[in-house]
Amino acid sequence: MNRVPLERKVLSENDRVAADLREEFRQHGVLCVNLVSAPGSGKTSLLERTLEQMPRSTRAAVLTGDLQTENDAARLRRFGFPVKQITTGGTCHLDARMIKRHLEDWRLEDLEYLIIENVGNLVCPSSYDLGEAAKIVLLSVTEGEDKPLKYPTIFFKAELMVLNKVDLLPYVPFDVEEAVENARMVHPAMEVIRVSCLTGHGVREWRTWLEHRRHVFLQTREQPVA
Amino acid sequence: MHEMGIADSILEAVRTEMVRCPESRATRVGVRIGELAAIDAESLRFCFDALKRDTDLAGLELEIEVCPRRHRCKLCRTEFTVRDYDFECPQCHGLASECLSGDQLDLAYVEVETHEPSTAGAQSS
Repeated sequence: MNRVPLERKVLSENDRVAADLREEFRQHGVLCVNLVSAPGSGKTSLLERTLEQMPRSTRAAVLTGDLQTENDAARLRRFGFPVKQITTGGTCHLDARMIKRHLEDWRLEDLEYLIIENVGNLVCPSSYDLGEAAKIVLLSVTEGEDKPLKYPTIFFKAELMVLNKVDLLPYVPFDVEEAVENARMVHPAMEVIRVSCLTGHGVREWRTWLEHRRHVFLQTREQPVA
Repeated sequence: MHEMGIADSILEAVRTEMVRCPESRATRVGVRIGELAAIDAESLRFCFDALKRDTDLAGLELEIEVCPRRHRCKLCRTEFTVRDYDFECPQCHGLASECLSGDQLDLAYVEVETHEPSTAGAQSS
């Protein structure tokens, strides 16, 4: 009997492709963010609001993932930005190879932002690196305050929590402070933005966050890779 | 939910490894899964057993080591295990700490049995 040490990640093939993508995004100055949430938390609605308010001169593109249908892409194409649907056929998450394949006929040098809307799922997408600069988790106030404790992995890995549907707060027993506290219990440095895609509340703050994040991204990419 | 994909990746990694030692047979593979990795060990085992059945790796055993969330105190540098989101340092009771590990999904090792060169194999070396 002989034990051979392997010492590598189970998903090393995905991570290899993700690292290639990250390097391409870095070279071309494309801020890539990966939006993750449960189904129905409002990822597509947030993107609708974002694209609607984005100056047409902004060079943004969206990849949106679902198991079936082109519905989300159709919703998002109305705003004039390039949008592509990734239908996974049944897979509960996007992986780096799907992203690479769907970027093949887009010129990254023409982009400033690439927003990936992951498949609605709080569990599996957290394991797959897509080469993004930041994961962003959406939580809506019609879900429980304890979601961050029940599904800690994605909250642990996300930089920002967008708390959506805040227009419903008068009607639902949701304690915002407790939700934020729970998120920061899992991830002490978690940033939080409160948004209502219905009224538009907080959308400007979210767009400012994106702009600022790209600014930071461009600054850090100037530094030599350690 | 995605344990099937993870199990498939583990089997694939073992096959890749075994290409390098064609004289051997893999008997056991060890993986390390962090508490924060969102992988259910029992579900992974179920998927692993289902996928290896009737394949060249049917005899392969899976050993799963579940790894806790480890933090290091930013004040006194003590390293400790976090349980139930209790981030208090056991040494100095400070609350500021950084996460060291707990989200790993790693292949640790593969155990192989080397076939004895059989006389029937008529190897001339």
